[in-house]
Amino acid sequence: MIEFPMVSFENVTKRYGALTVLDNLNLTIARGEKVAIIGPSGSGKTTVLRMLMTLETIDGGVIRVEGEPLTHMERNGQLVPADQAHTRKVRAKIGMVFQSFNLFPHMTALQNCMEAPVKVLGLSRDEAEARSTELLEMVGMSNRRDYYPSQLSGGQQQRVAIARALAMRPKVMLFDEVTSALDPELVGEVLQVIRKLGAEHDLTMLMVTHQMGFAKEFADRVCFFHSGQICEEGEPTAFFQNPQNERSRQFLRAVLEAG
Amino acid sequence: MWDWAFALEILPTLAKAAVVTVQVTVLGFLIALVVGLMLAACRVMLPGTRFPISLLVELIRSTPLLIQIFFLYFVGPSFGLTLDALTAGILAVGLHYAAYCSEVYRAGFESVPRGQWEASVALNLGRWTTLRDIIIPQAIPPVVPALGNYLVALFKETPLLSAIAVMELMQSAKIIGSQTFRYNEPITLVGLFFLVMSLASAWAIRRVETGINRRYKR
Repeated sequence: MIEFPMVSFENVTKRYGALTVLDNLNLTIARGEKVAIIGPSGSGKTTVLRMLMTLETIDGGVIRVEGEPLTHMERNGQLVPADQAHTRKVRAKIGMVFQSFNLFPHMTALQNCMEAPVKVLGLSRDEAEARSTELLEMVGMSNRRDYYPSQLSGGQQQRVAIARALAMRPKVMLFDEVTSALDPELVGEVLQVIRKLGAEHDLTMLMVTHQMGFAKEFADRVCFFHSGQICEEGEPTAFFQNPQNERSRQFLRAVLEAG
Repeated sequence: MWDWAFALEILPTLAKAAVVTVQVTVLGFLIALVVGLMLAACRVMLPGTRFPISLLVELIRSTPLLIQIFFLYFVGPSFGLTLDALTAGILAVGLHYAAYCSEVYRAGFESVPRGQWEASVALNLGRWTTLRDIIIPQAIPPVVPALGNYLVALFKETPLLSAIAVMELMQSAKIIGSQTFRYNEPITLVGLFFLVMSLASAWAIRRVETGINRRYKR
């Protein structure tokens, strides 16, 4: 059997009107790989995650998850646009955590985690509760399981959001600037959870981040985006110590100056 | 000017008519709530229905309720739709306010942040499950006051049904008046009834509102 990469973008193009956000993107991510995506705002890095989560359509190319096309399906040897059932099947392998948490405000932390396992996977309420409790434990939120999002701090909400995504047992986790909306003193607790996740689970992770220190320490690979293209990619230590591309150098200098 | 004995005498007749008025209000508003929600939901979920629904809503909102009542009752039979006066009246009032309620619900749907839909996609929830479990519970609480206003407005428009001889309050009062040539007591009593009921329902709506706000804390 051929071992497929976990995720691959093949000549993926994304446009908003006349603006080309991503231009012929090619990116392959191996099983269990942790990839940090960095770059200036407007470089298309968040769009990469959003397309993989099917929150954005693509205008050209193919995205594959474990070899299976995401927004297309094969029929008589040809790629045709995927139907709802196919998209949902492939999408089930992917989970996402958002910058603005997006917890369901009318549900408690526990109910937030249980909703999809019950409604999508068909778990019984007891099974879903056991699974959710275990995950809330893992993110250090089990003592707040009956709190509503409005009663939690940003860092706590984000940890619940991570548990909620994990409750669907995804193979790939997407983190979209998950610490950007947090007060500085709350960033650490969320990064700590992601670190733990990386150490304990064999998850493939893609993160868009502005935390250069974290990217350097945590990621297996860094991709630097600029104007809808990968400008430079490589092993983090090498990339941060000795960036090859002029644009990456400029970007890192600007980021380091900002502290 | 005012005859207490006469007022007391006509009270049982008016009370019977009040039951019809309340019946029209409750059933009409139920239709408005349910059909209005269905219209608004279709608009969100099925893009193809957006244009026909907004056309229908605009049509209903831009013509007088009285004409719609007449249309359903008198023109309906030529299209094979024969209804008794009460049914036609309830249906007309219900559909008229369904158009208004659908706009209220629409505002409610639009007030739910996009991120809630996106989180639901990320969790692979189906679109209708998302609507039912995630969007509607957040869309409705903020619009309860607006829906409540329409309940009171609908209630106050039920006298229009006297035009197709539904035996609601106004029709009873008119009949009493024409039979006895005394209008002071019946019309005043009907007015008072509407005043008291409107105030009572406004109070009840406020209770529902606080109840919902307590339940869906944000």
